[in-house]
Amino acid sequence: MKQMPKEYYEQLEELQAVDFALVELTLYLDTHPNDYQAIQQFNQLAQKRKQLKKQFEAAYGPLEQFGHSYSNYPWNWDDAPWPWQV
Amino acid sequence: MFTTRKQYEPYISPFDPCPPIRVKTYVTAPNLYVGFQPPNLPQFPLREALMKGTLWQVFYDPYYSPYETKTKGDGS
Amino acid sequence: MWIYEKKLQYPVRVSTCNPRLAKYLIEQYGGADGELAAALRYLNQRYTLPPKVIGLLNDIGTEELAHLEMIATMVYKLTKDATPEQLKEAGLEPHYVDHERALFYHNAAGNPFTATYIQAKGDPITDLYEDIAAEEKARATYQWIINMSDDPDLNDGLRFLREREIIHAQRFREAVEILKEERNHKKVF
Repeated sequence: MKQMPKEYYEQLEELQAVDFALVELTLYLDTHPNDYQAIQQFNQLAQKRKQLKKQFEAAYGPLEQFGHSYSNYPWNWDDAPWPWQV
Repeated sequence: MFTTRKQYEPYISPFDPCPPIRVKTYVTAPNLYVGFQPPNLPQFPLREALMKGTLWQVFYDPYYSPYETKTKGDGS
Repeated sequence: MWIYEKKLQYPVRVSTCNPRLAKYLIEQYGGADGELAAALRYLNQRYTLPPKVIGLLNDIGTEELAHLEMIATMVYKLTKDATPEQLKEAGLEPHYVDHERALFYHNAAGNPFTATYIQAKGDPITDLYEDIAAEEKARATYQWIINMSDDPDLNDGLRFLREREIIHAQRFREAVEILKEERNHKKVF
């Protein structure tokens, strides 16, 4: 039976943490469009999440669909686990 | 001291069948006090922000169940 | 359009096999102030609100879909390996005979989801006040579910979701201020 290693959960959580800050900053900027510092922080984190996504996908397969992530051979998008299963 | 928990004492009748809850509590969350969020408010570190559900310290207002606080909980 | 991302917004954990908690949680799945209603409410209102607040409605609506997936994960985990006997003890037998372990959009009392849970009046202030009220109602619902739950891991995820309602209400309040256009302006009556 396939089980995810400890590192999977750690890397996932690191990505979740950065993405969560991006969600928070998005909502903040929706009502504060002229906050230059917040936009800088947003862009820095957006860059960081790109790297984290790349690392995560190299180890555990594609995160996004419809061409926003690359596929291995054979097609590994629908490999378990799904988010609600882990 | 400021708190986001407010209390009141409901009327108690001698004919109320259940043992009375003498003090009732309700929540007045931080969003009622901040107004339009000013810039540069203190943030939590990213991992902590995820765990707490907000990036902004001023809005953090956790709520616990009676099972977690071992007393009568947080709400009422 | 939306792009699916194969991860939850928050690391959801559940520590006990407790289908009774699933019965409560389903309120936030298919109930009046649940995450489905929230997502549909905001994503539907965004078409006819003033440009300055469309982005906010769009983004909060999208985040609500992520919350819907978190609630579904909690319900799924709480019932996944529960025996029919356990489901029965939890009062889930009416659900079981209709849906087995499948999730369904209904509230804790079993009433199916209905579009009447969401409003769209087309008047921006009315709709934003509706949204603020919806967030406060969802916050309160999370409090009542947390009060009923003795599962600390589950409560951890519920606390996250409750905190998000506070932030969303804050942003909707700011949206009202933006539409009042009195930021940085002196009031002139």
